[in-house]
Amino acid sequence: MDQTTPAHIEHAHMLFPEGMQLECGFLLAPVRVAYRTYGTLSAARDNAIVVCHALTGDQYLAETHPLTGKPGWWGRMVGPGLPIDTDRFFVICMNVLGGCMGSTGPRDARPDMPGEPWGTDFPPITIRDMVRAQKLVVDALGIGRLFAVVGGSMGGMQVLEWAATFPEMVFAAMPIATSPFHSAQNIAFNEVSRQAIFADPEWHGGRYWEQGAIPARGLAVARMMAHITYLSEEALTRKFGRRVRRDPYNQAGAMSLFGEIFEVESYLRHQGSSFVRRFDANSYLTITRAMDYFDLGAEHDGDPSRPFHGTRTRFCIVSFTSDWLFPTSQARVLARALNRAAANVSFVEIDSDKGHDAFLLDEPDFDRTVRGFLSGAAEHARIG
Amino acid sequence: MRLDQRLIADMIRPGTRVLDIGSGDGTLLDYLFRTRGCDARGIEIDMREVTRSVAHGLPVMHGDADHDLAHYPDEAFDYVVLQRTLQAVERPREVLRQMLRIGRHAIVSFPNFGHWQLRLKLLTSGRMPMTAVWHTPWYQTPNIHPCTILDFLMLCREEGYVVEQWMAVDEDGERAPWRRSIRLANLFGEQALFLLRRRGR
Repeated sequence: MDQTTPAHIEHAHMLFPEGMQLECGFLLAPVRVAYRTYGTLSAARDNAIVVCHALTGDQYLAETHPLTGKPGWWGRMVGPGLPIDTDRFFVICMNVLGGCMGSTGPRDARPDMPGEPWGTDFPPITIRDMVRAQKLVVDALGIGRLFAVVGGSMGGMQVLEWAATFPEMVFAAMPIATSPFHSAQNIAFNEVSRQAIFADPEWHGGRYWEQGAIPARGLAVARMMAHITYLSEEALTRKFGRRVRRDPYNQAGAMSLFGEIFEVESYLRHQGSSFVRRFDANSYLTITRAMDYFDLGAEHDGDPSRPFHGTRTRFCIVSFTSDWLFPTSQARVLARALNRAAANVSFVEIDSDKGHDAFLLDEPDFDRTVRGFLSGAAEHARIG
Repeated sequence: MRLDQRLIADMIRPGTRVLDIGSGDGTLLDYLFRTRGCDARGIEIDMREVTRSVAHGLPVMHGDADHDLAHYPDEAFDYVVLQRTLQAVERPREVLRQMLRIGRHAIVSFPNFGHWQLRLKLLTSGRMPMTAVWHTPWYQTPNIHPCTILDFLMLCREEGYVVEQWMAVDEDGERAPWRRSIRLANLFGEQALFLLRRRGR
């Protein structure tokens, strides 16, 4: 497995020396938030959309990624003339707090011990902490109200947290393929991912940098397992079926037990090995933990509707039929919670066999939904 | 827009909050927003219609009258509209109760099973009547709770609902001339349209 650490890249960012108080009580200072913008902020500063990325996404939303050289993760959705139209809207995408693409995270040096990375000592963060870090940037850009906040999966959790924590700042919210709380099943999957990382001999108690190592094997296994949950049985069957091929790395020959590999195995190995080149293991732990803690009803006797009482935000909830990680049943819990708050809610379930990842892929009905919801909301917000 | 939808829209005061149950392609929602300045939202069971409505910028959620009304708070709307659907829901009485709990007014339209053609067909053929309005055979029909205009009035009386307005319309939505006599409307009206509120408001 590739053991090289990512080359140092200077990511565009804002630095907040005064930092911020985290939900756990820790004062994290300074705080750096890496971000990218697309389109032009209107003179009235009323056309800004924050797009929130998912667990392993980053701020390189709609441009070639400087590290991987691959197209932006939502380049098919965000751009001139696309459903999130950058001819019309000013789009901001920020690397989450705790991430590893330029925002403050476990790979950064601790302020109290120069030269020493945080590693596993990085304070636990929550989805709300991520959102409050994003608000620092939005405030610094002089934007008083966001026209919309959009995001899928963990990005959808941030959308909900934005609308719950700063209701006056969010005119429209689009939580996609997400849930008002992280389910026991999803916490379980995250735990398996984390245990894979802990079990790697190169983990070194989380201080792998001291050995010049990274727990690449464990992180790759974590990614492989998680990747299965992003797909569906139908999608895997369609892409790979039971096709086998000769394993080019196995010297023992085709007749040995693993001389041939299924194409789905080869695919997952590739997903795992390319992931470790761009992601930090401690960031993976920090962010998956933030997802696990997410529960909109936690401070309200388990009622996820309470944070939204009196909200004027327009919501559009989207789920996908074959998504078994964030199934429609959880989206419906969210829709009904918003109904209880008498919120303005649209709720669409898109017919797709592509699983959880469908929100990143070619789904024309989904594209139409995003474009239509934003256009309708723009009409109500009276923006160009 | 169908003529009966126009009649429904005429019952709704401008600038009010409206929930349209079974909003279909969203025609009424769009009309209420654009011409009446209403905060009009929809619930629709057919996902293709939901997607189409949202893609047109209309606030519509996937759901149905039997299962989704219970989740709204009391008096969340000024009007709750149920078009040509009451006969197809699982529990019509409960749906009406929910409509008048979450809305200050309910607007209900339904096909009248008391129409003379139905009476005559059942009498002469001895078989379940089929007409232009009731056009699916008994083993396929989604209309599991048909009622007549008189039946509906009886239910309103039992439940304590005040009929603020009623009218009989024909299938194309043209207002029928039977405005004074309920009995004549029950014989000659193809569709019925009621504006209700709860007693004591």
